[in-house]
Amino acid sequence: MSAVKTERAAKRREPLTNTSLLMLISVCIFFFMYAAAIIFMGDSGFTKPQMFFDLLNDNAYLIIIACSLTIVMIGGGINISVGGVIGLTVMACALFLNGNGIENSFLSILLTLLLALGIGLAFGVGQGFLVSYLDIQPFIVTLAGMFLSRGLTTILSVNPVKVTHAGFLELVKTKIKIPWLGYTAQNGNLIPAKLEIGAVVALCVVVLMYVLLRYMRLGRHIYALGGNQQSALMLGINVRRARFSSYVISGVLSGLAGFIFLMHKPTGNASVAMRSEMDAIAASIIGGTLLTGGVGNVIGTFFGVMILATIQKIIGLSPLKESYWQDMTSGAMLGFFILLQSVVLSSRGKKMKLPDWMKIGAPKKTA
Amino acid sequence: MQNDAVLTMRGICKRFPGTMALNHVDFTLRKGEIHALMGENGAGKSTLIKVLDAQNAGISTVYQEITLCPNLTVAENMFIGRDPGKSVHWKEYEKRAAAILDGLGIPARPRQELSRCSLAVQQMVAIARAVDMKCKVLILDEPTSSLDEKEVEMLFKLMRDLRARGVGIIFVTHFLEQVYEVSDRITVLRNGELVGEYAVADLPQVELVAKMMGKDLNDLADLEQVGQKSLGGQEVVYDARGLSSSESRPFDFSIRCGEVNGFTGLLGSGRSESVRAVFGADRVTGGKVQIKGKTVKISKPHDAMTHGIGYLPEDRKRDGIIADLSVRENIILALQVMKGFFHPMSRSQMEKFADEYIQALQIKTASQDTPIKSLSGGNQQKVILARWLLTHPDYLILDEPTRGIDVGTKLEIQKLVLKLAEENMSVTFISSEIEEMLRVCSRLIVMRDRKIVGELSGDDLTQGHVMKTIAGGEQ
Amino acid sequence: MKQKRKAFSGIGQLIIPLVALSLLILFNLFRDPGFFSIGVAVNSSGNKVLSGNLISVIDSASELAIISMGMTLVTAACGGQDISVGAVGSIAGAVFVKVLLGASSINGGIVVLGIIACCLATIAFKLFNGALVAVFRIQPMIATLILYSCGRSIAYWISGSATPQLNSPIISAMGMTIPGIPVPTPIFAVILVGLLLALLFKLTNTSLYTQTVGINQGAARLNGINPILIKLLSFVILGVCVAVAAVIGVCRMGNLSHKTLLVDIEMDAILAVAIGGNNLGGGKFRISGSILGAYIIQMLTTTLYAMNVPPVNVKAYKAVVIVIIVVAGSPVVKSKVTAMWNRLRSGGSTAAVQKGVRG
Repeated sequence: MSAVKTERAAKRREPLTNTSLLMLISVCIFFFMYAAAIIFMGDSGFTKPQMFFDLLNDNAYLIIIACSLTIVMIGGGINISVGGVIGLTVMACALFLNGNGIENSFLSILLTLLLALGIGLAFGVGQGFLVSYLDIQPFIVTLAGMFLSRGLTTILSVNPVKVTHAGFLELVKTKIKIPWLGYTAQNGNLIPAKLEIGAVVALCVVVLMYVLLRYMRLGRHIYALGGNQQSALMLGINVRRARFSSYVISGVLSGLAGFIFLMHKPTGNASVAMRSEMDAIAASIIGGTLLTGGVGNVIGTFFGVMILATIQKIIGLSPLKESYWQDMTSGAMLGFFILLQSVVLSSRGKKMKLPDWMKIGAPKKTA
Repeated sequence: MQNDAVLTMRGICKRFPGTMALNHVDFTLRKGEIHALMGENGAGKSTLIKVLDAQNAGISTVYQEITLCPNLTVAENMFIGRDPGKSVHWKEYEKRAAAILDGLGIPARPRQELSRCSLAVQQMVAIARAVDMKCKVLILDEPTSSLDEKEVEMLFKLMRDLRARGVGIIFVTHFLEQVYEVSDRITVLRNGELVGEYAVADLPQVELVAKMMGKDLNDLADLEQVGQKSLGGQEVVYDARGLSSSESRPFDFSIRCGEVNGFTGLLGSGRSESVRAVFGADRVTGGKVQIKGKTVKISKPHDAMTHGIGYLPEDRKRDGIIADLSVRENIILALQVMKGFFHPMSRSQMEKFADEYIQALQIKTASQDTPIKSLSGGNQQKVILARWLLTHPDYLILDEPTRGIDVGTKLEIQKLVLKLAEENMSVTFISSEIEEMLRVCSRLIVMRDRKIVGELSGDDLTQGHVMKTIAGGEQ
Repeated sequence: MKQKRKAFSGIGQLIIPLVALSLLILFNLFRDPGFFSIGVAVNSSGNKVLSGNLISVIDSASELAIISMGMTLVTAACGGQDISVGAVGSIAGAVFVKVLLGASSINGGIVVLGIIACCLATIAFKLFNGALVAVFRIQPMIATLILYSCGRSIAYWISGSATPQLNSPIISAMGMTIPGIPVPTPIFAVILVGLLLALLFKLTNTSLYTQTVGINQGAARLNGINPILIKLLSFVILGVCVAVAAVIGVCRMGNLSHKTLLVDIEMDAILAVAIGGNNLGGGKFRISGSILGAYIIQMLTTTLYAMNVPPVNVKAYKAVVIVIIVVAGSPVVKSKVTAMWNRLRSGGSTAAVQKGVRG
């Protein structure tokens, strides 16, 4: 009898958590927007699946760093060095590919990938240590990280470096063809839909990070840490280690994003992924992550990136051709989501609170 | 009898700089009993709990402030931080959590987000977590202070269930009636010393109050008087009819010029909330206020200040001090605000005021420039007092001005209040120590369960009367 | 002993920036004794002007110093930083240029009008930020991210063309030097803004209220202060600072480049606030610390230039120095150093006893 009751209690539908509610809002808005684009701008390509795949292809790196930021932000931190790390990785990898002289193409590319991940790891460990074990404000630490990575990039090379490695260029050209989602061109040829490897990797990262945050102990500790650091300590969680790990993951993902970026555009350049950290933060916020910590989800972040990408595409294809319209609509979109979240959350009886890293040095009592 | 003790402490001592927080305290908890630990603020309850909690052997503590993560689900809050596995098995968690919650009759669903549960349920989830950790001793530190009656009832049911399973529960609370409702035995502490251990049936409520206050009912007569009590003049300085705020129920209240009155009642009885409503500290929701016969609107602290009201808040650390600012800035703050944004005082003027009050109240500080946070509690309190005295209010509200400060300073503050009344200032004085209230107040307003239940003055102002009124009709 | 402590009280937070600045100066003196020599040169418009690295540091740090002052106030009151100052500066520049180019000729009156319009524009945008922060309780960084991402586009939209030029002796006098005065004009602007702020602190309670709100908002309210107004005020002051900095930036270049005007200045300004020993979590502040921070950052940059580090690489070295400064100022390191210092001062025996007690 009791067992039956228990079972039923467990199966009962729960009201949405803040995380799911905010995510659901952004998912709905994405589908609404995309549907509107198909209906009103169908002739400019939105009816073709390739349009969607292009959005994925072009923004694969952004999806990855947005996920990495989501993780850090869930833990109540911030990381503004991700764009810089991408720039550095792209430059270092391009130089390494061109200059390593390893005959075996596969080995050469593998070593490049390891280099990319290594650079990311080094930044993650360094920043994580300063933030978690020396209690320095993450904004300043990762700002220094951003300066360092951008500076190192130009130290490596001021001029653009084109990748000439044949094997890698082959990899760049490799696309996954999906014939049944293709379309027939005017001359009668079937053009299959093409998905880049980078986009597949990005989707895998989203899934992996979702699993990490949802089903791994570390992920849950990061949520607990962002929810309430003091409570997390009382619940027996190693707060420092959880925070450190979040920065390490973020660093490694930035390195990976750099490699993916190079696979999309095989040229190293000092201005690669400039200001992409802010796009990533914006995407996370639109996807329902709160800078205050404890709330958020990488699936939402994925849709955050897609919303930003779609709106830019729509504006780009619309009569508002001037490039500033894209920024202005993204800004308006961000403002809309921030206000929406503020209203939704306060109507749920929750006030925005300061994340703990903002309080370091000035312990304030949260009433 | 001694065999079923799950916890025995003998001769516990704990010294903090300057004070003896625990002095040879004995404590015994038996299997399957609810044991109330009683005492006024500073009696040593929390210290004793901390000593116990540090033992870590089958002892779990559930604190007044929820120590769970609001953004996680109920089930997760029960298992996070103690599951050695690398991955989270939600199904397993939810099943186990459902079984435990069901077994304890806690009305929470495993997949519910904790922040969506009521405070009582959050409290119970914390208890469930503790119980699942196979604790033999459960310490509940003020678990009921933010719960309403129905929620308290739910919590008590859970406590009784746990008792039936053989868990020993230490119950710390300020609510006397709750003690009598669920407890089996009571241990009373006072000033870090053990007063005694009693079976509930052997200790009437009034006697418990007396033991906590440290007075025998028999020798109430010889109260040392710190000065002449002031009855006040005829003019009504402040008068409120049906005043209510977001935190307090409607009440009537007035004070005459030069009068010292007090709100008394146990913690959580609504005494602080009432004076906060007077000062406009919480959102005022209704009522009519007259100051010296003129109807005024007080909806925010600034209004109250311009009408000559000063307020020393109950929680000095949270609401009183501006921790990083200097003693001087903390002293002149309120006066400066009253002078207005565009009329800053000169440095020399500030220094003069600060010096004057540091001298007058004998505030012990290295200099005016010392940040207030590095002062002792008593001296911090004097700084806040100085802040309000400097504004020369007609009516000063002092909420727990003597909490957590040493006896000498307490007496000084009491004397000061009487002196102020002599100078025609009206004062409302709130304290947990009835004795202190009796010394300074000429009229006491007694509150229970957020309602005014009595008003005592003149010959009725005896410790016995007050305690009876606080404790309620049934004795 | 006591006397000494009193004399030095209050400059505590300035110790690390002062040490950093002195180390930089010493390093430069050691590297090149002529680094600080000041000479007189004739500039392109034929004026005699002071020249030398020191002048160059003080001159080029002007915009940063001005914005750091405003940033300090916002940080203190709101416990967060405004990352849109560069973008809003770009808007301010666009408004300024628009007004000037709208007139038939550039004269003194029209420049004053331009500055006023520019101030009004920045104040409006900062009030938007301020309202999000103070009323809707949105984190400052998030609230200002909106304008960070679209401010420069708004600037472009206002100015309507890529790089409108301003050719006028008034503009070059404002951006470089006034004929007859050998000191670069932006330096006077810093002094002016500094004096105005000092006057504001002298004539009003801005400083006390801001610190009170930043330290303990609830207690501030109980003492009759309106935290929302104080936060808005801090944003308004920052707005004025941004407007002034933008005008300097435009005049210095003689044109408006909406993409590069005051670019990345928000990051440097936040750094200056942090290097100046101010708590990024709000509360007590010292404007002088932030100004010092701004000059340290510029000094570092100029030093690196003097060492023939290419401008684009400067950031990397800057990062290293920043990390050293913030690590030296971190609470963990501070407490460890203090403990070590105490142990050294009180001698080995006491240290042993202390350890015993603790154990």
